[in-house]
Amino acid sequence: MTPNMRAILLFALVFGLIILSGFERSWNVALGIVNMGLISAIMALGVNMQWGYAGLFNIGVMGFVALGGLAAVLVGMPPVAEAWAAGGLGLLAGLALGAATIAAAIMTWKRMAKGRTRALAVAAILVVGFFVFRAVFDPAVGAVEAVNPAATGYLGGLGLPILVAWPVGGLLAAGAAWAIGKTALGLRSDYLAIATLGIAEIIIAVLKNEDWLGRGVKNVIGLPRPVPYEVDLQNSDAFVARMSAWGIDPVAASSITVKLAYAGLFVVVLAILLWLSQKALNSPWGRMMRAIRDNEVAAEAMGKDVTRRHLQIFILGSAVCGIAGAMMTTLDGQLTPGTYQPLRFTFLVWVMVIVGGSGNNFGAVLGGFLVWYLWVEVEPRGRELMEFVTSGMADGSWLKAHLLASAAHMRLFIMGLILVLVLRFSPRGLIPEG
Amino acid sequence: MDLLNALVALTNFVIIPATAYGAQLALGALGVTLIYGILRFSNFAHGDTMAFGAMVTILATWWLQGMGVSLGPLPTALLALPIGIVVTALLLLGTDRVIYSFYREQKAKPVVLVIVSMGVMFMMNGLVRFIIGPDDQRFDDGARFIINARDFREMTGLDEGLVFRTSQGLTIVTAVIVCALLFWFLNHTRTGKSMRAYSDNEDLALLSGINPERVVAITWIIVAALATVAGVLYGLDKTFKPFTYFQLLLPIFASAIVGGLGSPLGAIVGGFVIAFSEVTVTYAWKKVITYLWPGDWAPDGLVQLLSTDYKFAVSFVILVIVLLFRPTGIFKGKAV
Repeated sequence: MTPNMRAILLFALVFGLIILSGFERSWNVALGIVNMGLISAIMALGVNMQWGYAGLFNIGVMGFVALGGLAAVLVGMPPVAEAWAAGGLGLLAGLALGAATIAAAIMTWKRMAKGRTRALAVAAILVVGFFVFRAVFDPAVGAVEAVNPAATGYLGGLGLPILVAWPVGGLLAAGAAWAIGKTALGLRSDYLAIATLGIAEIIIAVLKNEDWLGRGVKNVIGLPRPVPYEVDLQNSDAFVARMSAWGIDPVAASSITVKLAYAGLFVVVLAILLWLSQKALNSPWGRMMRAIRDNEVAAEAMGKDVTRRHLQIFILGSAVCGIAGAMMTTLDGQLTPGTYQPLRFTFLVWVMVIVGGSGNNFGAVLGGFLVWYLWVEVEPRGRELMEFVTSGMADGSWLKAHLLASAAHMRLFIMGLILVLVLRFSPRGLIPEG
Repeated sequence: MDLLNALVALTNFVIIPATAYGAQLALGALGVTLIYGILRFSNFAHGDTMAFGAMVTILATWWLQGMGVSLGPLPTALLALPIGIVVTALLLLGTDRVIYSFYREQKAKPVVLVIVSMGVMFMMNGLVRFIIGPDDQRFDDGARFIINARDFREMTGLDEGLVFRTSQGLTIVTAVIVCALLFWFLNHTRTGKSMRAYSDNEDLALLSGINPERVVAITWIIVAALATVAGVLYGLDKTFKPFTYFQLLLPIFASAIVGGLGSPLGAIVGGFVIAFSEVTVTYAWKKVITYLWPGDWAPDGLVQLLSTDYKFAVSFVILVIVLLFRPTGIFKGKAV
């Protein structure tokens, strides 16, 4: 069997499974899996760039995804004029002061001669800068958050079409990746891993606590949508007439139409990114990346600037994750910082990349769909299994109740099991690197 | 100005909690650093190993409590601890046999083992949630306080109360005992010396007839003991919730790296560095400053440098600073 045939068969298998769940449950569920599968595939593409092409160990995917989600709010929501008047300028001034402090500290560090004076000067700049920053920033935050806290209490966004947020999400993530990469790349792989893990936690902490930015744990709901609302479709005579003519219930049809519209948008993004990734991977640049991954010393001897190339691909991969994050928040229609969990948004994406086949873009996409399908499917299957196992037990026994209640946690175990099995028996993944 | 009250407030809110937390981090970081030294990879499943050990101990504690066993003023969990250690050691040895040993024989790159440990992390996390559920569990009993605020005030006549909880005292004492035992073992027993030799230079150690599988097995057993003790102490001091243990991974790794990966002494120092910085940076200094300031002035705000929600940021920043200026950590660690 040629590698291409194998890939096509595997894709057919996964879509067959999803279609099967459509017949068995509902098309709504199946389309839901497809939509999140598309987003997962894009995240996996991003991680695959970093890990598969270049061997960078990034376990801060969640942070970049969340930044993409923030972009959806900052771009899509209407601005809150009152909040801007209350403290917008103060906030911007505070942030500018903070950035200036860090810049001044770095400049001083670079310009001054090595020694105790330099260390003291940098420390003094940082300490003074921090207190000035807090003095300007804190009152502004208070003012902004006091504006109608139940409904807004934040600055709002730019009020632009939400589709603009997708590239902006990529840019935000890229900016964060640049800052992290500048400091942490060039360190050993485990150190980079811990650094990215930390930065992801910090980004989530910022999203949870900086209410002026994205309302924190109060969540931003009702993001504008790039597709029509179900209710509008149901109220549209033309839509109802057509669906009735086809013999479909208009209410069910409306939600399926909306999901299909999202799927269409996501497919376009995935297709563009996949095409670009393939082009990049098969270009001299892609071969150089793999050369660096396989033997850094040799690549360096050939005159390749390893640290710069690493920074480049780290930024690109993170940007792709940011785009996926913005898309996901758009699909959800809300930003809920409390729901970002590393197991779900970082490590699950890693399972996708490893299972699909690291270094192969199609492998990453396949992994995205397959693992997401399993993630969704394992829960009801686990419950069925538990119901079967416990069917012989007496009703009301504590063991039965416990087993049934705990079935939902099976899926973490299953994901780990899949990862370990793939690493053991097929370490190059389902569609190995060509 | 009131130096004594300021000192008491400082001890109460900074020194005691930070020492207890530092001891917990140090025990966790010791496990990470030992695995790194002997098995040569960063074990991401360590947080969940701690959760597993704590979980087994909790179940054993409940069983003991159900039988009416108690240690008087001390928590029953201490009696259950050996059970937790044994079960965790069996689990880790089993994981090693079934999963890790294959990659050791293959001489796989360390990063592959890290990814494998991610899979193990998922499985352990799932297992713990499956058995005990994702919610908070309380299992402390016995006397809650060694010193409570009112007694302290009556005893000393100061305005400020000092609270010293049993769990904090227990944490510190246990950590000291465990560390002393560990260092005695590593420095004075034949097995411990062979472990250090294996960690320093694998080839030379093999040449001199050290059995690698034995060294690895003993490492896992020690790691199981450290992780269980750390997990139980953390659970007694704060609360047991599987997800918090996963989140402890960051400060624990920060401690191990700051101290120098592979260096046991570094792990202990790193744990306290991280814990003290976290607590001092997120503590609201208003009270202490008010006591110390001559005259009747009090600061307007809380004088809190960072809100407690950003405590991860502290361990992270220290980690980055140490990595930038001293990439192998305070005590020279090793690099795979």
